[in-house]
Amino acid sequence: MSCLAGSVLLLRRIDRQRTGATLEEVLYISSPKLLKHLSLGYDGLLADIYWTRAVQYFGDKLDKGAEHYDLLGPLLEITTTLDPHLLVAYEYGTNFLAANGGQPRRAIQLSEFGIRNNPNEWRLYYGLGFVYYLDLKEYGNAADAFLRGSRLPDAHPFLKVLAAQMAERGGDIQTARMLWATTYQTTKDRDIRGNAAAHLRALQVDDDVTSLEKLVSHYRDKTGHLPQTFSDLEAANLLRGTPVDPLGHTYKLMPDGRVEVRVPDDLPFIQKGTPPGYIPPKPKFKPED
Amino acid sequence: MTAIDILGLEKIYSVGFWRKKPKCALRPLHLRVEEGEIFGFLGPNGAGKTTTLKMLMGLVYPTSGSARILGMEINDPRMKAQIGFLPEQPYFYDYLTAGELLDYYGQLSGVAPKERSRKVREVLERVGLADVIRVQLRKFSKGMLQRVGIAQAILHDPRIVFLDEPMSGLDPMGRREVRDLMEQLKHEGKTVFFSTHILSDAEALCDRVAIIHLGELRSVGAVVDLTSSIEGNVELVWHGNKVPAAMNALGADCHVTGDTVRAVLLEGNQEAALEALRREQLQIISLIPVRTSLEEYFVRKLQPSKAVAGVTR
Amino acid sequence: MSARILHIASNTFREAVRDRVLYNLIAFALLMSGAAILVGQISIGIERLVVINLGLTAVSLFGVVIAIFIGIGLVSKEIDKRTLYTVLSRPVQRWEFIIGKFFGLAGTLVVNTFFMALGVFAALLYVSQHFHAADGWVLVALYFIILQFLIITALALLFSSFSSPLLSAVFAFALFVIGTFAEDLRGFAGMTHGITRWLATGAAYLVPNLSALNVISSVAHEQPVPGQLILSNTAYALVYASMALCGAVLIFEHRNLK
Repeated sequence: MSCLAGSVLLLRRIDRQRTGATLEEVLYISSPKLLKHLSLGYDGLLADIYWTRAVQYFGDKLDKGAEHYDLLGPLLEITTTLDPHLLVAYEYGTNFLAANGGQPRRAIQLSEFGIRNNPNEWRLYYGLGFVYYLDLKEYGNAADAFLRGSRLPDAHPFLKVLAAQMAERGGDIQTARMLWATTYQTTKDRDIRGNAAAHLRALQVDDDVTSLEKLVSHYRDKTGHLPQTFSDLEAANLLRGTPVDPLGHTYKLMPDGRVEVRVPDDLPFIQKGTPPGYIPPKPKFKPED
Repeated sequence: MTAIDILGLEKIYSVGFWRKKPKCALRPLHLRVEEGEIFGFLGPNGAGKTTTLKMLMGLVYPTSGSARILGMEINDPRMKAQIGFLPEQPYFYDYLTAGELLDYYGQLSGVAPKERSRKVREVLERVGLADVIRVQLRKFSKGMLQRVGIAQAILHDPRIVFLDEPMSGLDPMGRREVRDLMEQLKHEGKTVFFSTHILSDAEALCDRVAIIHLGELRSVGAVVDLTSSIEGNVELVWHGNKVPAAMNALGADCHVTGDTVRAVLLEGNQEAALEALRREQLQIISLIPVRTSLEEYFVRKLQPSKAVAGVTR
Repeated sequence: MSARILHIASNTFREAVRDRVLYNLIAFALLMSGAAILVGQISIGIERLVVINLGLTAVSLFGVVIAIFIGIGLVSKEIDKRTLYTVLSRPVQRWEFIIGKFFGLAGTLVVNTFFMALGVFAALLYVSQHFHAADGWVLVALYFIILQFLIITALALLFSSFSSPLLSAVFAFALFVIGTFAEDLRGFAGMTHGITRWLATGAAYLVPNLSALNVISSVAHEQPVPGQLILSNTAYALVYASMALCGAVLIFEHRNLK
């Protein structure tokens, strides 16, 4: 018994020392095709195992606030080679490989592979458009993808709308909000939903800050000086109640007329409402059920 | 009817991995066994007895020749239903109990389901294993396994019973019981064909015997005919401790024990021996013919072949 | 005749049970219970997928291992241990012996699979709270797995009739592995030329087509199995197994027992 405990402790010690395992070690066998042959036809189960590793890997990296997600791509590629119909793997790819992983082209490749093998899954076209829009800002390609998906019989009705939006107003906040809201509503994966929620909150904050700063400007035009607090704005009938951010904290009205969030670290992805010179930490979000 | 008719059964094995050398286990054998007799198949180890039996059971295929049992071919299922076989040092499924094993064999031999459990119990009682009917065979001793072997050979009431070394592994009591059983089987009108290298058993039981050595049949016949074909000995006992010189000349085997001398010599020399004793005025106690044993016959019969053996190998 | 085959089959079944083969069901039950309970932590939405993939893969692998490990000894053990003597001296024909052994082991595997199927469906019920119509396809996948067992058992029996247990295990396992990518092998054979093509094509068609019998992944994705496939696979398995059994019978009938 004590020998067993001793060996466990030693193993943990060794594990800690062996950080930064090489790619091959983590993946065991890095060639997806070879792996598929070695699976002896039990590729479904092996895909599930690799999928579990991918989720674990991503969660780990997210927790540590990592810069790179080097293994996510290979893990997802192996998973989908083994089981081309594991749709949630493609979802993961388009949601995390592009943005967090910094590999949008890889995400697109993965998506297209998914579409080839599952031509009737509207979600995959959605995911493809998503990456084009958000990470590459290629609005034309995004519109294309959404359009292709919208032609499927059971497609989400928003795809048509999104296709149109892309074409007209690609860079709009409303479009982005629509996208993230669709993702939030249609996914079954906790990680993806948490991420979408975080983005929606960020968009809300950007929106709020823009409107609030507009009001401040309005006030200055009206009165000739900047408001001290939000109550001043209330008194001027420009605002009702104290504005709060999606997390429930009140916004701060700065002396120079800017609006800031109280705890910027809690709101990843925001583009407005941060103090000058603020360097955001790596984005973190909690998986949502 | 002829129970067993062996017509030139021969077995040659090819031994060796690359260059096959032929090894003759049994030269063409011709033999006949009648129904209702106890027939002994005798020979030293490696003589070819087991090979013969295996060919008769269809376990090994003959190189040439054939055989008929009860007038039917060797692999005929109808024939097999009427014979029983006890192999040498039998092995059974050790995960079964004695009762289960016999029941299984009964099933395979075509014993009707209604009668099976009764017959199983009866046969186990007959071999003295009634109280271990529910014990797994892996717990059985060698002697117990031998009895199970006999039980499975007679379970289905066969007309002929083939036994390969039936006494092996049994203590003297057990051997006596098996001998009695074989006599009973004969009384029931069955034919018993058994092989052995223990000659005293054969002598006591068999109507006829065949002697086989190095794959070749040496002689066949009734025990009494075989033994009487050899010149017998006589045993001469006299008082005193003196052995006349003439005795040695006659090739007598003399032993002095206290006040008597005992000599064994050929029957034909008995007159000359008596003359020698009378001349010396020695008092004769007894003169008895010594019956030639089968063993004696056996040894004599096999001796010349030893010289031949060097050539055939 | 058929009665004797049945007797031999049921005795073979009894031997397997007393050899504690069915204890593998305990390991299986533990595996499925653990999986059913833990699967929710991986990702919501694919619990059914994982339970079916894991369950059916385990049924398949456990069964293949049992089929090989018991199958290789079916004949060779009886010859080595000489338990055959008292069997074949009875009115049992050699081919009846082989067929009886086959049905005994096949029957054991069917019973084993039945209990495992209960476990898989129990786990499915646990993760999805009620049965779906698509669960019916799981039964088809199980049926194909049983067909696979018939083929492997027949092959193991074939090897057992002439080869030692160790070699038989190696051959049987090798054929199983190659059989799982039989389709690829046929494709490969089509791309070669000359002697290689001849050999490769021969091998590709001789090897059991196990890849077609594995529909685990598609059933896990609730895809239906075409009726045509069910029919062809059934016919193929029966023909292939019969072929192997004929081989076993032929070899066994000509064997001199030591």
